[in-house]
Amino acid sequence: MARRVSTSTKVGFTVLAWAVALLIFSPILWTVLTAFKTEAEAIAAQPTFFPQNFTLENFGAVQDRSDYFKHAINSIIVSFGSTILGLIIAIPAAWSMAFAPSKRTKDILMWMLSTKMMPAVGVLIPIYLIFRDLRLLDTVHGLTLIMTLINLPIIVWMLYTYFKEIPVDILEAARMDGAELWNEIVHVLVPMAVPGIASTLLLNVILAWNEAFWTITLTSGRAGTLTAFISSFSSPQGLFLAKLSAASLLAIAPILLLGWFSQKQLVRGLTFGAVK
Amino acid sequence: MGSITLEHVNKSFGEVEIIPDISLDIRDGEFVVFVGPSGCGKSTLLRLIAGLEDTTSGTILLDGQDVTDAPPARRGLAMVFQSYALYPHMSVRDNIAFPLKMAKLPQDVIDQKVDYAARTLNLASYLDRRPRALSGGQRQRVAIGRAIVREPKAFLFDEPLSNLDAALRVNMRLEITELHQQLKTTMIYVTHDQVEAMTMADRIVVLNAGNVEQFGSPLDLYKKPANRFVAGFIGSPKMNFVDGPEAAKHNAHSIGVRPEHFKLSTTEGAWKGTVGVAEQLGSDTFLHVQTDGLGLMTIRTDGDQTFRHGDVVWLTPDPTRIYKFDAAGKAI
Ligand SMILES: Nc1ncnc2c1ncn2[C@@H]1O[C@H](COP(=O)(O)OP(=O)(O)OP(=O)(O)O)[C@@H](O)[C@H]1O
Ligand SMILES: [Mg+2]
Repeated sequence: MARRVSTSTKVGFTVLAWAVALLIFSPILWTVLTAFKTEAEAIAAQPTFFPQNFTLENFGAVQDRSDYFKHAINSIIVSFGSTILGLIIAIPAAWSMAFAPSKRTKDILMWMLSTKMMPAVGVLIPIYLIFRDLRLLDTVHGLTLIMTLINLPIIVWMLYTYFKEIPVDILEAARMDGAELWNEIVHVLVPMAVPGIASTLLLNVILAWNEAFWTITLTSGRAGTLTAFISSFSSPQGLFLAKLSAASLLAIAPILLLGWFSQKQLVRGLTFGAVK
Repeated sequence: MGSITLEHVNKSFGEVEIIPDISLDIRDGEFVVFVGPSGCGKSTLLRLIAGLEDTTSGTILLDGQDVTDAPPARRGLAMVFQSYALYPHMSVRDNIAFPLKMAKLPQDVIDQKVDYAARTLNLASYLDRRPRALSGGQRQRVAIGRAIVREPKAFLFDEPLSNLDAALRVNMRLEITELHQQLKTTMIYVTHDQVEAMTMADRIVVLNAGNVEQFGSPLDLYKKPANRFVAGFIGSPKMNFVDGPEAAKHNAHSIGVRPEHFKLSTTEGAWKGTVGVAEQLGSDTFLHVQTDGLGLMTIRTDGDQTFRHGDVVWLTPDPTRIYKFDAAGKAI
């Protein structure tokens, strides 16, 4: 039986949904608006909602002081590089856990997840020393490596969940059809898991893009990503709210656009298997 | 060529022994059916032959060659799954071509073989569709097409028809039998439907709890069942069994009479009973008769009988067709 919902209920829920969405979105909106204000206007005691003296000077100033494009390119390399590297390692790992499990598979999965429960500072000193000794400090490949490692548990977990949904019969059929392991993974498993792999990729790119702790501690001028770029504006010469907003806007814009264009894929991927 | 030999094959999953010890000799070109109740290890045995499961001990020979440790891809066998197991992201054409691609055949040979298979199986007009857009019967045909294009040493079927409706099942049964007569390739076919087993097989393996109860031609199993299990499993409706003094009269621990081997009378006979349910199929009528002291018996009569619920009848088993079993259930 179709559930009957009265118009007033519908309107009520719609208003509520918009209210929640606006609440979540408001800091971002405020950042966007502030980025186009002058510094004086940004810290005014009685702030106006819309910029009174619309200006682009903040963006120019930000680019002058600290090279936006260099940081953006580092961000792209690190976030995509670490995610793709992670997928290359995680796909075979998740294959084996989903389709050839052993007695220990569940324990290994839990153990991998448990590494995410430890605060990152817990291993700051050892990692820093290892990076120093291997001369990986402030290098893009070093940062890519650490980003791969910290996101690997999530990548393996997500892929494992998606692979679990794939009937093992189909992989067995491929084996019977003469497919060696490599062909089974490349021609059958991966194409069937495309939605899952795509949303894993998107989510991990976003996570790596926004990662700040390791980026800020392990890099400085050369290998810094956009998170390092933002943080360089929040200190120490006092607060320049408008410039900080402009920098933030520049830093989140690419990933925001990526998320916007792939939102269907993201939602489908994240709710994959929830409804059969 | 495709002879398959199992020598003392044993399979355990962890602590649980599913197949204690099976030796079988399947000849090249034979159509062999594995039947048995659910959970008796039919699929497991088939998967051992396919290489999808590893044996715990024992040897599997293919054309005399030891393949016990060979992966499925190297055994040259084709399998048709109950779930069809088609590749959902590929068109019908690519599904059928997949084994040929894996064998690295040239594209023009692949096209030729796929077209030939598609025509044989009436799939020509669906070649560009995805499996999702096919009916159950069509999917089954694609699965069979995918199996035949690569000319395997043997075909393995695991209950391929159990997801189809009754009419289609009869059709596909004929098609598979015809395919076997045409290709003359070894086929192993798992089913728990004994009509499929009887009608399709050259020889039947009756499995029970991981053991081979009997391996023989369908008529052998029907006429000379090796033991009480086979006697009860082969034949429909089931054989009627009688223990105790009635069996002792025949020097047996128990005796069995098939529903079709009774003489029925309203006035005289060996065993007296009352008709319970009468199932009229048109061609036959199955009478379920509650006998005095011997339990419920099923009798097969022709479709013109007009017995009703509550009628008193006398049953006389055909003396030449009484099966006798000893205390262990073995035929004597
Ligand atoms: N991977 C496995 N791990 C543990 N036990 C298993 C496994 N596969 C099968 N079994 C067990 O082995 C026994 C035989 O299973 P199998 O699938 O071979 O039966 P079957 O004869 O094909 O039955 P059905 O007619 O229901 O398909 C069952 O008791 C089953 O629970
Ligand atoms: Mg089975």
